[in-house]
Amino acid sequence: MGTLSDPAPVTLVRPALGLEGITAMAKPSNSSDTDPIAPSDDPDFILHSLQDAFEKAKRFEASEEQMLQFYEQMLLIRRFEEKAGQLYGLGLIGGFCHLYIGQEAVAIGLQSALDNDKDSVITGYRDHGHMLAYGIDPKVIMAELTGREVGISKGKGGSMHMFSTEHKFYGGHGIVGAQVALGGGLALAHQYNEDGGLCLAYFGDGAANQGQVYETFNMAALWNLPIVFVVEDNQYAMGTSTARSSAETRFYRRGTSFRIPGMEVNGMDVLEVRAAAEVAFKHVREGKGPVLMELNTYRYRGHSMSDPAKYRTRDEVQEQRDHHDPIEGLKKTLIEGGKTEEELKAIDKAIRARVAEAADFAENSPEPEPSELYTDVLVGEY
Amino acid sequence: MAIELKMPALSPTMEEGTLAKWLKAEGDPIEPGDIIAEIETDKATMEFEAIDEGVLSKIVIAEGTENVAVGTVIAMLDGEGEEASPASAPTPAPTPAPTPAPAPAPTDETPVSATPAAAPEVPADTSVTSISVREALRDAMAEEMRADPRVFVMGEEVAEYQGAYKVTQGLLDEFGPKRVIDTPITEYGFAGIGTGAAMGGLRPIVEFMTFNFAMQAIDHIVNSAAKTNYMSGGQMRCPVVFRGPNGAASRVGAQHSQNYGPWYASVPGLIVIAPYDSSDAKGLLKAAIRCEDPVVFLENELVYGRSFDVPDLDDHVLPIGKARIMREGSDVTIVSYSIGVGLALEAAETLAGEGIDAEVIDLRTLRPLDRDAILTSLAKTNRLVIAEEGWPTCSIASEVVAICMEDGFDDLDAPVLRVCNEDVPLPYAANLENMAIIDTARIIEAVKKVCYV
Repeated sequence: MGTLSDPAPVTLVRPALGLEGITAMAKPSNSSDTDPIAPSDDPDFILHSLQDAFEKAKRFEASEEQMLQFYEQMLLIRRFEEKAGQLYGLGLIGGFCHLYIGQEAVAIGLQSALDNDKDSVITGYRDHGHMLAYGIDPKVIMAELTGREVGISKGKGGSMHMFSTEHKFYGGHGIVGAQVALGGGLALAHQYNEDGGLCLAYFGDGAANQGQVYETFNMAALWNLPIVFVVEDNQYAMGTSTARSSAETRFYRRGTSFRIPGMEVNGMDVLEVRAAAEVAFKHVREGKGPVLMELNTYRYRGHSMSDPAKYRTRDEVQEQRDHHDPIEGLKKTLIEGGKTEEELKAIDKAIRARVAEAADFAENSPEPEPSELYTDVLVGEY
Repeated sequence: MAIELKMPALSPTMEEGTLAKWLKAEGDPIEPGDIIAEIETDKATMEFEAIDEGVLSKIVIAEGTENVAVGTVIAMLDGEGEEASPASAPTPAPTPAPTPAPAPAPTDETPVSATPAAAPEVPADTSVTSISVREALRDAMAEEMRADPRVFVMGEEVAEYQGAYKVTQGLLDEFGPKRVIDTPITEYGFAGIGTGAAMGGLRPIVEFMTFNFAMQAIDHIVNSAAKTNYMSGGQMRCPVVFRGPNGAASRVGAQHSQNYGPWYASVPGLIVIAPYDSSDAKGLLKAAIRCEDPVVFLENELVYGRSFDVPDLDDHVLPIGKARIMREGSDVTIVSYSIGVGLALEAAETLAGEGIDAEVIDLRTLRPLDRDAILTSLAKTNRLVIAEEGWPTCSIASEVVAICMEDGFDDLDAPVLRVCNEDVPLPYAANLENMAIIDTARIIEAVKKVCYV
């Protein structure tokens, strides 16, 4: 049983649930936190066939080349976000800025399994990592963060509102949970156009308590929409832990009453995420309707740059960094497979240079022309 | 004593209907709960159920009779043990039957006196056909769905029920369930799905049973649909149409009677259209569906059943953002939109009899507002009144006043006056409701005031 200062050393990352109070309320689903699917749960939770399939082969068998690619992509997100944090501190980035540090394996593990010619992605405001996962140039992302005309949204969106229709990445949405219903619409378009694509709709453990999420679950299941709902459970909705906000903290179960199968995945292991993605995407592509994935992860930084994160201890964060870090975890696997520390350091060095270049670009590019104030309000002229 | 059976009101807005069929004959015994007749309202065919026991002594209105006013005695029922006797007692005020479902749909329509000036965009010699606003909206959707496979309709009761107000009647039969989608009662969810589908390249028409329910969904209309193009630097299109009835209906109370025109018209990134007659309903809805921008299309339930001339054109599309002069005049301008236009025209007719020549302008589009049309008319008449079926505070009327002050001040010979609903939630009681909603008398009074007569 975990406590705030002493998270249980579990296989699946479930830190900081503070479950003492919960068990006192007699919630059997939470009473055996160390077991992802307690046997006693099975009778009343039948929609876990995908979880069963996933449990059989829990780590994706990646080639060395693939692993290196995952490593580079995750490291790019890490270094990019660290730099964004720095630029925020220097006043070059304003407003809200939500960093993805700690959660890198989620976006990389899932999005590496997409068919980018067909599939679409939508997420909330913590969106830098999802953009970088597409291989979109970090320069135009960083320039959006600094509000420059060469930013991917011409400097008019900012950190929370970035899009790339070219990559079928549909944002970048600031209202908690709105992207879930919008993702349902993207999935409807895939189905309507019979294009074979699916929509990957990310949301957080906080958004999981919004009503429209369940309105969308209902219609997605009713209409058999090709959509994968992904709860990125980073344990805190801003400053409120899941245990304090959610009657059912096992988010993968929340599709049950809509007959949506759920999967619970360690979001700190990119190979496990990828393996789960294979199972989930296959199910959706076979026309069997939506899947709900719970990705257990952890953000090292505050909710946004202006969050001092007083609601958790340093030790809790350090425990995650020391024992569950997705990048360190993959690094270990790579070294076990024969890569040397020096080779991996060289990758890091190259990525740091790329991020520094993006930051220079973002800092030195001009702000938008004043005339841009009035463009893009409407498409047509009336 | 004989009981009078009266033509029932089967929806909040029904004023008359057709006695389609008698299911009982004179002399038949009647039990409570028996279905004794079928009545066609403007929205649907409804069954007329007996409440009392007795014998159907006389059928007063023959089957097939059209335009039978609500409250008319249609048959007599003799109570148990009584002999049949002809109707005698005077008819008291009609007592509407309890209204079932959000009733709906059209058969007989009320023709409205000839629309004055034809839309300026339509060639002068075009032949016309009179159709109801409801049919005009349906035709607009059907034509656009035939022309563009990306166009589809979604909403509550739009498919199998044929539309809560029968605006989507027949669409399911022609286009099938893929393109005419019944949703659960889940406005926030389906507005989001419709908006997302538009982002994904489709052309959704999202019907709200009424715009009152769109309050549940306003986040997607404002935050998701209206702002994304701007926030994305022009990358993300959202060509969605949100449509449905707006404003007060009849005796449906405060939560079902509100004009959202000013709400949506305040949002950059939205197009807001509020047509009055059938021609504009059709031509502007077709334009809205083709529009690359998100459109809020505000209809009015009380106008659905009215018939107006629509030009016989293969593709009747009207420009968004252009007001229309409904009646030319030289003494004073009355600006209005939606149902207020009918009241403004009536007021203008009455005023003409008193020597005041009023020009009536239908704004048609509330955003972007046709400032030039307002100012040009003001420059001609030098006096202006706005008639709006809605609250006065922060209204379209307020906006028109501001336009006149900012850019038409030198043309004003009198203060601009607003004729709006009373600034209260809409009451249920008939007398209070009448007091709260604008009417021709109040428009006439305001016009006389600005004309100093």
